[in-house]
Amino acid sequence: MTQMTFARAINSGLRKSLENDPKVVLMGEDIGALGGVFRVTDGLQKDFGKHRVVDTPLAESGIMGTAVGLAYRGYRPVVEIQFDGFIYPAFDQIVSQVAKMHYRTQGAVKMPITIRVPFGGGIGSPEHHSESPEAYFTHTSGLRVISVSNPQDAYTMIQQAIASDDPVLYFEPKRRYHDKGEVDESVDLSSALSMEKARVVTEGTDVTLVAYGPLVKTARDAALAAADEGISVEVIDLRSLAPLDFATLEASVRKTGRLVITHEASQSGGLGAEVAASITERCFYHLEAAPVRVTGFDVPYPYSKLEMHHLPGLDRILDGVDRALGRPNSLSGLEG
Amino acid sequence: MFTDDAGKGGIAAGGPGNSENSMRRTGGDLVQLITPAGERISHPEFDPWLQDVSDEQLCALYEDMVVIRRIDAEATALQRQGELALWPPLLGQEASQIGSARALREDDFVFPSYRDNGVAYCRGVKPEDLVRAWRGNASAGWDPFTVNVATQQIIIGAQSLHATGYAMGIQNDGADCVAVAYFGDGATSEGDVNEAMVFAASFQAPVVFICQNNHWAISEPVRLQSHIQLADRASGFGIPSMRVDGNDVLAVMAATRIALDRARRGGGPTFIEAVTYRMGPHTTADDPTRYRDANELEDWAAKDPISRMKSLLERKGLLTADLEAAVAAQADAVAKELRAGTINMPEPQPLDIFKHVYSTPNSWLDRQQEHYSRYLASFGDPAEAASEEGAR
Repeated sequence: MTQMTFARAINSGLRKSLENDPKVVLMGEDIGALGGVFRVTDGLQKDFGKHRVVDTPLAESGIMGTAVGLAYRGYRPVVEIQFDGFIYPAFDQIVSQVAKMHYRTQGAVKMPITIRVPFGGGIGSPEHHSESPEAYFTHTSGLRVISVSNPQDAYTMIQQAIASDDPVLYFEPKRRYHDKGEVDESVDLSSALSMEKARVVTEGTDVTLVAYGPLVKTARDAALAAADEGISVEVIDLRSLAPLDFATLEASVRKTGRLVITHEASQSGGLGAEVAASITERCFYHLEAAPVRVTGFDVPYPYSKLEMHHLPGLDRILDGVDRALGRPNSLSGLEG
Repeated sequence: MFTDDAGKGGIAAGGPGNSENSMRRTGGDLVQLITPAGERISHPEFDPWLQDVSDEQLCALYEDMVVIRRIDAEATALQRQGELALWPPLLGQEASQIGSARALREDDFVFPSYRDNGVAYCRGVKPEDLVRAWRGNASAGWDPFTVNVATQQIIIGAQSLHATGYAMGIQNDGADCVAVAYFGDGATSEGDVNEAMVFAASFQAPVVFICQNNHWAISEPVRLQSHIQLADRASGFGIPSMRVDGNDVLAVMAATRIALDRARRGGGPTFIEAVTYRMGPHTTADDPTRYRDANELEDWAAKDPISRMKSLLERKGLLTADLEAAVAAQADAVAKELRAGTINMPEPQPLDIFKHVYSTPNSWLDRQQEHYSRYLASFGDPAEAASEEGAR
């Protein structure tokens, strides 16, 4: 076990993948000498060379499209999108090419591409630097979408993503980059928890609280605070956003009968909607109350002095827990 | 100033000999080696690249063009007869496709657009595989790795980046093969093509961009895409370019060989503008009479790539009755194979819809497949239902 930051854990996982597979190539803007704007690729170009850690021109579609070509040639590209809000120029290549190539070619062409996306807010950035675009990609068949919440998962799951023969979007919570945690670098990928599995991070009996990425920490803090009031909250870290691990979700909701989902992304058409609808379909008779969503508002990501109103914090999450439990809450007395 | 002089018999003022300087020409005058009348024009820069082309090979190029035109006509007929949902004819572009494709080595890798069926044919794609996607039986006709041709691209220009990335991989591998991107004049306006040229130039990747300027992007004329000759765009990226008569199979072949050689020797990318004309509609669903002048079509018919090749063979005394009979027989045979392969193509099965979305099992999809499978089964065995119907 080694104590390291979240960013360092990803760096270490990338290093391991580069060492283990000569076909792994890192691509992105400023990932070489600079080590990325968040230093996640620090030192990798120096150790593996410019052909394996490639500083690219500033063209996201170009990066993604050339990654497709490299995959055609047998490589395993790992693409860094510098910030969440910069992914949209690459959207066509991701949706029409990366996601569909295996299907379009009847399985002949694999796209083992990992797309790393620092995402989410809370760092006081200007616009386009704090977004949560994951639902665009969970809605796209052919992609696997994961989000990590702690250094150990960051280390393990980046390697699982790179080893996957399917394309994977790997969402990194940028506001947690400097959080530290214990990381076991000797972890065996084949026996580690599959990247498709959710994890119960806090056990509880009264309400299931589902989170991913940056909000897992907030959700755990909320569970601790709720415990002070005698409420037992079970926190689930989704880890995989596509596919969702319904087995873990269902088992929890069958036990608690109540469901709260939280994410930074806007509400409409988001992950919370998918979790709520699917759990309602699958566990309707176990539910004691309507599922509750505690999410960012349906607004463009706000300027930084207002972002803490947009981001679900501990108190808003607890308010949602109260709603699920039928306790007095901010919406008490409102219909629907 | 937007008209080009393809087929007007102008001889390019190429530089002297094969000096690296003249090889790195950018755009410039149109290079033509065979006039519309079938006269072979000598060209100091391009001729050395064709010295090995024997009479037999000239006849083979002619045959290729006749066969692919026949495939194109047969596919159009199949669409009219309801056997294909759609077809994008390449009529008029035979020389651009055959001349370039026949310059390639087996281990080169092609990233084509949907209209490059002549290229795919040269690479060994079976006739029925050319139409598989257009019949709606699959999204792609062939396994890219068996013929080194990527699946045909419908998103305009997207494949130019794939070719460039593939070329970057070739570089990493230390190999001397080349990636080739085919696209049209419309694609040169797409960001992806421009980004591909940025990447190709920055990394000096072994990629050749072959732009078939067929003058029309559905209903939009090339002058709407570019204020300058397309070949001249390449210089802005630091990429050498050539502008050749795309209805002249030898000019296209020589240009492609020059570009391939440069790429193999570490000289980086090249942009080739093959100036040609889309004689047919954009697809079988299009009606070009709504947007273009019949006179234009007549002008281009006079510059036809096959008739000029035929005239060249005639001048050289190669156009024998035997050759014509053999070429016609080959075209007939391929057309017959295409028709039979199309009509007898096995139908996809309902649950095939779920295949190959992922390369490993996916719990969401498995559940949807299971549910749909049960839904289909709820109708009972269709064969049984039919026989019960008959018994009544």
